[in-house]
Amino acid sequence: MATVAAVIASTHHPFYYRASTATGEDRPPFADEWAAKIEAFRETLTTSRPDVLVMVGSDHFHQLWLDNMPQFLIGKAPFYDANFYNEEREFGLPRMFVHGREDLSAYLLREGMDAGFDLAFSNELRIDHSITCPLITLRPQADLPIVPIYTNIFAPPLPRPKRFVELGKTIRRLVEAWPSDDRVAIIGTGHLSLELGGPRQFGPHGPDPRFDRKAVEWIASGDIESAVAEVSLESLWLPGNATHGFMDFMLMMGVAGENASANHVDSLDLFHTMEAYFTWYPKEAS
Amino acid sequence: MSKYLLNKFLYTIDRDPDLVERYRHDPRGTVEWWESERANVILNIPPSERSTWLRFTDAEREALATHDYVTLFELGSHNFLLLTLFIALFERDYDEPLAFQRQFAARLGHWTLPYPDIST
Repeated sequence: MATVAAVIASTHHPFYYRASTATGEDRPPFADEWAAKIEAFRETLTTSRPDVLVMVGSDHFHQLWLDNMPQFLIGKAPFYDANFYNEEREFGLPRMFVHGREDLSAYLLREGMDAGFDLAFSNELRIDHSITCPLITLRPQADLPIVPIYTNIFAPPLPRPKRFVELGKTIRRLVEAWPSDDRVAIIGTGHLSLELGGPRQFGPHGPDPRFDRKAVEWIASGDIESAVAEVSLESLWLPGNATHGFMDFMLMMGVAGENASANHVDSLDLFHTMEAYFTWYPKEAS
Repeated sequence: MSKYLLNKFLYTIDRDPDLVERYRHDPRGTVEWWESERANVILNIPPSERSTWLRFTDAEREALATHDYVTLFELGSHNFLLLTLFIALFERDYDEPLAFQRQFAARLGHWTLPYPDIST
């Protein structure tokens, strides 16, 4: 059976690439501290020696459109081109190209459906910064094959938070049962409090630092019970109008497991939205 | 009212660099052309199989034709699509980084929760 080498959850601040590669006068004052945290975070994946990355993200209205909107989608393709014109334009993100693992994609689709999730799939998927940002931070050489999993956190009606947790738990169980000798890292990114296109956007901090502190504590301690009790589709508008992305963190908490304490926890209070980084090493992984 | 159609406009303009420039320089002409030639084109289907029923209300058309993002927010267009396109249109006009984004926020400062419903 496959080994879950690491479970990793983080935010996907799209300004990291530009900030960290800037030099001289263009380099922002927080860039060095940010890069140091990212380098430590990157090491948590490197040290786990993965063969393949399952990567959970959310298409930001790039390829997926309201005329055909999947709630949960798994990419099944031999390759994935990455990053879109408007991400190059706004964030200076580079074009990328990664390999897929169609055998793992097919397995997750089949077993995921049999487990009760009517998963959509794509045989030609261009991936966006929700997946390329963690590639840039965690595996910039982009040498490992991936299985991309997209979740709908933007286009109502959305699945409820509990459904994200259940999918996360299912992904974990399925990867552990995958008949393979591979080491699989399961990586997902989501949002903390965040406002996009609203009055609280682009402030000196995320729109709701109190929510962020609570959220970081829930994630770090695997406190799924508290998160599910306190968070709802209705309540997630309050910390910022893009905070439904927190449900991807809840999905990753499902992957990590109930009451699983993260082995690596770090955060950075930045303009616009807080950055946070979490890594769990399942006991069986070493 | 069609929030879906507002969003479709924002989405299809934003993903095409030529259309971004055209909309910046000639918003009224671009909206008129788009409503006539593109509003009913389903994105994954050849134009010969177009829809027949999509059109803007007068308020929607006017807000788009005047780059009025405050009204577009009020009309329930998707906040992410609205922000992304308007950054593409106007960020370049400001010297200070993120100055446009902060002005956008300030112009919406009269809004408290709940914000307009963006469901389509």
